[in-house]
Amino acid sequence: MKQNITLAPPSAEDKEFISRIEREADTSIRLCYQCGKCTAGCPVAFAMDSPPRQIIRYLQLGLVEEVMAADSIWICATCETCSARCPRGVDIASLMDACRREALAAGRITDKKVAVFNEAFLSGVKNFGRTYEAGLLLQHNLKTMQLLKDAELGLPMIKRGKVSILPETIKGRDQVKKIFQRIETMGRE
Amino acid sequence: MPLGYYPGCSGEGSGIEYKMSTEKTAEMLGIELQELEDWNCCGATSAHNTNKLLSLALPARNLAIAERMNLDSILAPCAACYSRHRATEVQAREDDEMRLKIQEIIDMEFKAKSRTISVLEWLVNDIGIEKIKEKVTKPLKGMKAACYYGCLLVRPEEYTGFDDNEDPQTMDQIVKATGAQAVDWAYKTECCGAALATSRPEIGAKMIYEVIQNARQAGAECIVTACPLCMLNLDMRQAGAGKQYSVNLDMPIYYVTELVALAGGYSNKEVGIPKHFVEAESYLESLPQKAAEIEAAEAAKQAKPGKKAAAASSGADEAQDEEANQKKIAAMKKGFEKNPDKMAARIIEDEERAKILAEIVAGDEKKISKLAELMVTDPEKAFKVADAFVTGELKKREK
Repeated sequence: MKQNITLAPPSAEDKEFISRIEREADTSIRLCYQCGKCTAGCPVAFAMDSPPRQIIRYLQLGLVEEVMAADSIWICATCETCSARCPRGVDIASLMDACRREALAAGRITDKKVAVFNEAFLSGVKNFGRTYEAGLLLQHNLKTMQLLKDAELGLPMIKRGKVSILPETIKGRDQVKKIFQRIETMGRE
Repeated sequence: MPLGYYPGCSGEGSGIEYKMSTEKTAEMLGIELQELEDWNCCGATSAHNTNKLLSLALPARNLAIAERMNLDSILAPCAACYSRHRATEVQAREDDEMRLKIQEIIDMEFKAKSRTISVLEWLVNDIGIEKIKEKVTKPLKGMKAACYYGCLLVRPEEYTGFDDNEDPQTMDQIVKATGAQAVDWAYKTECCGAALATSRPEIGAKMIYEVIQNARQAGAECIVTACPLCMLNLDMRQAGAGKQYSVNLDMPIYYVTELVALAGGYSNKEVGIPKHFVEAESYLESLPQKAAEIEAAEAAKQAKPGKKAAAASSGADEAQDEEANQKKIAAMKKGFEKNPDKMAARIIEDEERAKILAEIVAGDEKKISKLAELMVTDPEKAFKVADAFVTGELKKREK
């Protein structure tokens, strides 16, 4: 961990970032008194570079760069234990969610696999209206260059009838596609 | 009125047993499920990781379809589907501006009036535990289950709210209604790692391993879930997680709906048990033997303070007592047939005399019936009669 952090008043940009994620997550970081209950209960804190309590502290101090660079926001499994247990009612899981979306939009992704998976998942929904698991896994493996990942599960899944032969498509897939398009247009506005 | 039904994408693939067993459970309880017409994927975690509005709009299209079909309640067995639809309902209801925005995006009328329910609240609150008990024809007595709720069925409470988020009980109640035992354990609402098992396998494996080991330490012989992703991780990825720790975890995992349908008389195949990755049929086959052992132990426990219990019971309970006694007697008989030595030792303290008693009663149905009955109704007399048997036998042998 870095030993020295230079504290300076946050820039206007950072301030705007912080109030944006607070708005998105519908919560306030100022409520946090750093008790650490979120981190004590977090099932993935063991794998994080900065556990949830530290992420909130960075935000309180206006250290946006530290948050965006943290692996933690990609490790968070959104299990919501932190939000459920916070004695101050801070919705930490939603903050993590909002930070992840900001990092994604800024192209600051420490874990490409998560982003690739999400992209593949949503492109399936956009094109077919439903998720086709087999196609999704294949696409994920191809894009992350892990051709043999989970190969040991593939054949047994087919044998057990857990893979449908073709993707399910829905009649209203144009409606679903339009939902994606309208949201994309809104984002540009 | 039929119940709206959103099977979700995993129902056609990795979670096919959940779909099969949910539909059998509904059939058994006489509930008509009406599938939402032309439903779409809820977007799951990928949508709310990417864009908040998208994560609300995708489920909203399904909810709007349900409104058009005049369905008040929608059953969403998958915990993620349930959570996303609940989040949309709650957020649109609390924020009318948001509701209007969503309406514009999906280009459909959306009142946010419906109620998405999970399998657990459907079975406990809408159907009721008593009704389930009535339908049980093949109780799962002998099963020791750890009820695993995971994350999204109990959190965040403003979306779920049908159960406690630290020590939930609904699944325990359902499992107990099937005749199984639900153990107390610490990892009820811990996370299975969700998609981390795919993106960061070594982190996911640790989380899967810990859930399974905690269940075992609490005395569970299987884990019960109501989420297809928890199932995928605990069942399909169990072998991989065990490999990381060089152990064979060998813990069968069941969907709660599989257990309900099995207890209601459906076959393993009908509910999808043979499709599991961790072999789950032999544990079910071992249950009758375990049940008999439990019954014999229960009977023995009650037989000891028999006199006091008999004295304490009042006339009104007589019929019930009579029935209970018959059950106990039957269990005692079974005990004598299976293990006469053990049963004999229970009546006569002296080892040698107990051994002789075991030899006498082995295969003698009349004597077994007599002793079994007396052990339940009058243990003192049971001893006297047994002692007389032994004395008589010894005299015979002397001759």
